[in-house]
Amino acid sequence: MIELEQVGYSYGGGDLFDGVSARLTPGSFHFLTGPSGAGKTTLLKLCYGALTPTSGRVSAFESDLAGLDRDQMALMRRRIGVVHQDCRFLDHLPLADNIALPISVSGRDPAAYSGNLAELMSWVGLADRADARPPELSGGERQRAALARAVIMSPDIILADEPTGNVDWEMSERLLHLLIELNRMGKTVLIASHDLALIRAAKARVQARVLRISDRRLQLAGADL
Amino acid sequence: MNRGRIRGIIFGETAADRVVPRSGFTAQLTLFASGAMAFLAVFALALSVSAGRLADRWSSELARAATLRISAPAETRARQTETALAVLRQTPGVASARPLDTDEQRALLAPWLGADLPIESLPVPQLIEIIADDDGYDAQGLRLRLSAELPGAVLDDHTRWRQPLISAAQSLRRLGWISILLIGGAMAAMITLAANAALAANAQIIDVLRLVGARDRFIAHAFVRRFTYRALIGGGAGTVLAMLCVAFLPAASDEGGFLTGLGFRGAAWFVPILIPFLGAAVAFAATAIAARRRLAEVT
Repeated sequence: MIELEQVGYSYGGGDLFDGVSARLTPGSFHFLTGPSGAGKTTLLKLCYGALTPTSGRVSAFESDLAGLDRDQMALMRRRIGVVHQDCRFLDHLPLADNIALPISVSGRDPAAYSGNLAELMSWVGLADRADARPPELSGGERQRAALARAVIMSPDIILADEPTGNVDWEMSERLLHLLIELNRMGKTVLIASHDLALIRAAKARVQARVLRISDRRLQLAGADL
Repeated sequence: MNRGRIRGIIFGETAADRVVPRSGFTAQLTLFASGAMAFLAVFALALSVSAGRLADRWSSELARAATLRISAPAETRARQTETALAVLRQTPGVASARPLDTDEQRALLAPWLGADLPIESLPVPQLIEIIADDDGYDAQGLRLRLSAELPGAVLDDHTRWRQPLISAAQSLRRLGWISILLIGGAMAAMITLAANAALAANAQIIDVLRLVGARDRFIAHAFVRRFTYRALIGGGAGTVLAMLCVAFLPAASDEGGFLTGLGFRGAAWFVPILIPFLGAAVAFAATAIAARRRLAEVT
């Protein structure tokens, strides 16, 4: 589904990583961990074409991302739900419209998805914040909203960068539960996180592989995780 | 661009409209720039149309008129006038020839010498008004014949002073059109700047839209439609205001001459209505180019 083959990425004159290979098979659940600055976010961005590798090849859904034109890239991204660490929104739109944005940009009628939207907002605990503007939200609310926006179109792959970074443990559990449920529905999940407690909690409930970026390489983490 | 896309840009995709914030300084800048440019364009158009009308009138009406001046002693003036009229009647291309009477000659001199001028006691030459038919007459041949038969007669076919006036009117018309082109160019430049500023100010919006799978076309349409509408509304307001100003300019009169004739007549009043639409088309093209350039920089 997503495959990295001997991928290297240079930044600021130095190699962030080199010769990275990984394969996210359909329905798999992966964690990506490593120290701050190791390149977790960069690796996620490479997976959905926001960055171009300096060497190697990244493919998604059997297509080399380097060979996709801009329209094809946009269509590919509709099949990948991304939760960014900084959770950007359209600040002038109400939260409900922001969460429904993937529906709008795909040319579908958001009204047809109003049931899904209400259910999803309720699930992430934002049912009463539908009319709020993003700047009015707390960090945790923004993160939950970003996750809701990423999954509303039921994408094949979910890439989440520190999705529980700004939420309390209870909400972390809830978000993790949502991601596990989506994985059980056959979705591929890759979460970049340094929250070891979260990783352990997930491993107790789902068969998850943990990848660690270390010394510019990607390794499978040991049994301690 | 196919018709479906144009229709989509004009009528559809309200979702695309909403992704661009309505307010912002670029909105005011676009409205003001297109309004001001449309206002100026209406005046440039009025100047061009009026100058064109004047050039046409001078070249068509005055081209058919000429004056024969007979400077002779009072005792022979009447006989020479009769001779001149006989020559003129025999000249092919002369439709009519008529001596001006004393009152008409007095009226001609009144602006300079006063209305109570005792013209009968002054050695004023006799003037004969000549009107040519559509084919015109041979002015050079007529001059030669008059010089042989009436040495004191001078034929003035107005060429000497009419041609520079027509050239001036035509230059004014050209200046009007050049002004309209420059105004259009300036408007395109200002709207491009505004669009670039809006695209830069909304970089986060563009990033989010690309992240959730928006195509470039969707994003570009949002900006293009917003700027096109703003240019249309601003241009419409500027045009209406300018047309009202033109309508309330003093009416044309013989005393006022060219300046009071500035404006539109008849069907020409419909021409300025095109200006807001042309402005919107300029905004459409300028924003589309700016959006395409900006989006090419975003992954």
